[in-house]
Amino acid sequence: MALYAAPALFALTGFAFSFQAPVASQAPASAASPASSSAVLPAQNPALQAPLASRSGLNIVVLDPAHGGTDTGARGTGGIRESEIVLDFSAQVKRALEGQGFQVLLTRQGNDNPSFDDRSAMANAQLGAVFVTLHIASTGLPGTVRVYVNSDLPSNSDPSGLISWDRAQMPFQSLSRKLADTVQGLLAQKFKGSPNNAQTAAIRQLRTTAAPAIAVEISSVVVDDRADLDRMAPGVADAIATGVAMFKPSFVVPVISSGGTP
Amino acid sequence: MPRWLRWLIALLCVGVIGAAIYLPILRRRMKLAAKLQQQSAEQARRELTQPVPVNPADARVKATLFWASPNGDFSLAPTVAELPLSNDPVLRSKQVLNTLLAGPVDVERRTLPPDAALLAFYILPNGTAVADFSEALATAIPSGIQSEQLAVDSIARTLEANVPQVQRLKILIHGQEVETLAGHLDLTGTFQVNTRGTAPAAGSAPPPTTAAPASAGATPAASTPSPPAVAPSTSVPAPTSVAPAPTKPAGTDKPMPDSTRPAPAPAKPSSPAAPQATPTKPGNF
Repeated sequence: MALYAAPALFALTGFAFSFQAPVASQAPASAASPASSSAVLPAQNPALQAPLASRSGLNIVVLDPAHGGTDTGARGTGGIRESEIVLDFSAQVKRALEGQGFQVLLTRQGNDNPSFDDRSAMANAQLGAVFVTLHIASTGLPGTVRVYVNSDLPSNSDPSGLISWDRAQMPFQSLSRKLADTVQGLLAQKFKGSPNNAQTAAIRQLRTTAAPAIAVEISSVVVDDRADLDRMAPGVADAIATGVAMFKPSFVVPVISSGGTP
Repeated sequence: MPRWLRWLIALLCVGVIGAAIYLPILRRRMKLAAKLQQQSAEQARRELTQPVPVNPADARVKATLFWASPNGDFSLAPTVAELPLSNDPVLRSKQVLNTLLAGPVDVERRTLPPDAALLAFYILPNGTAVADFSEALATAIPSGIQSEQLAVDSIARTLEANVPQVQRLKILIHGQEVETLAGHLDLTGTFQVNTRGTAPAAGSAPPPTTAAPASAGATPAASTPSPPAVAPSTSVPAPTSVAPAPTKPAGTDKPMPDSTRPAPAPAKPSSPAAPQATPTKPGNF
């Protein structure tokens, strides 16, 4: 569904994968992804070599405005739709991240709805990426923001030592937690009433993402005036951009030593 | 009168009496069948499934139910109620879950949509409980990570507190495995229920449940019709009473009116947390 890529980019993506295989832990997960999802690289991504140049460096942020298309996400009584607001938010977060020197990829540009796997695949196809999915909640104290990481996944028992696609987040859990706590700390300073530490939840989108991955949920769609949410966008954007920049030095591609290694 | 004629008349009389008894029964059955046809599949299923029997001889025990905290911080708070609970783990689970679904006296502490129903419940030999809920659980719940997690945690922690045999929880929607509850929370795996040794802490403790990905053995196939299920809220003793009602929040959101609330007979309330004025309500169902 979300085939942004020009056909010529197929070759390039294949190129990226072949480089990834020996180095990155994401390789097994990526390999398990269907061919269609490996083609989700947006056409404006010019520098596939960038992550290869400094393999341990963090250069790319995959930003995921949740929902879209027929899936409007949370809906407020005042007609506020989560899918629309997160798209506006992500534009501001993108600018803030670019200001910190990151390359930003969006999982959707307009009102479409890529699958969970397609969204994850955008991050899984990169080396040195983090994944941030943006949500507006139905509940919660209006004006607060919570950051979530995926619940712990049990260790892999596959004798091949490969990490399967459906639990791609597993080796990244501690990195995700570190990133989430950093961003949550910054958000708590800006938005009073937000928790000081990141929360844990079984979030479908994060489970298949082979990168440090967090969900940012803003409260909430129940505000009467959309402007109340729009006012939060600069603060949220700044906290995410600063948080990812602070996290950057601690980013390393984790080495997978699964329990099943012979 | 010849003998054969007498026999014939007697035989006919027996036939007439038999038909008189049987025909009304047949008619009633046909009516029921016609009625069932008009209903949706789910309603029919509810009609046919037996309500969870409540044996009045069951000892009234203190059950702990996890609804949203009255202080409106979207955490869970335990409420202790005296319910006649069976010793059979499956029956007992159904009883506590139906009470949980029936909801607290204070509608703002609801964690699950009022029209959601438990369709089936069973426990696998490895301790994985499979709970099959009606579609309303997925469609009527407010979409969001926080609200969906609150719903699942209230189910998992209520089972943990009352049914020690349950180790993990698998949630199905209308007999099917679904990817997410309402767009966020992962239902493809199981939720850890029994966190050995860590008794449910009062009030503010963060929910202990975590999700594990589906493991082939623990995740049953989707088609799981099982006869005993659904109790309308009347078949379970009325839900328990609750901590003092929190003061009315300052109109930040609009809860939908909840007309289907059963009027519960208050049992011993145990109030875990002092109510405070809060700006939002946990469940705007």
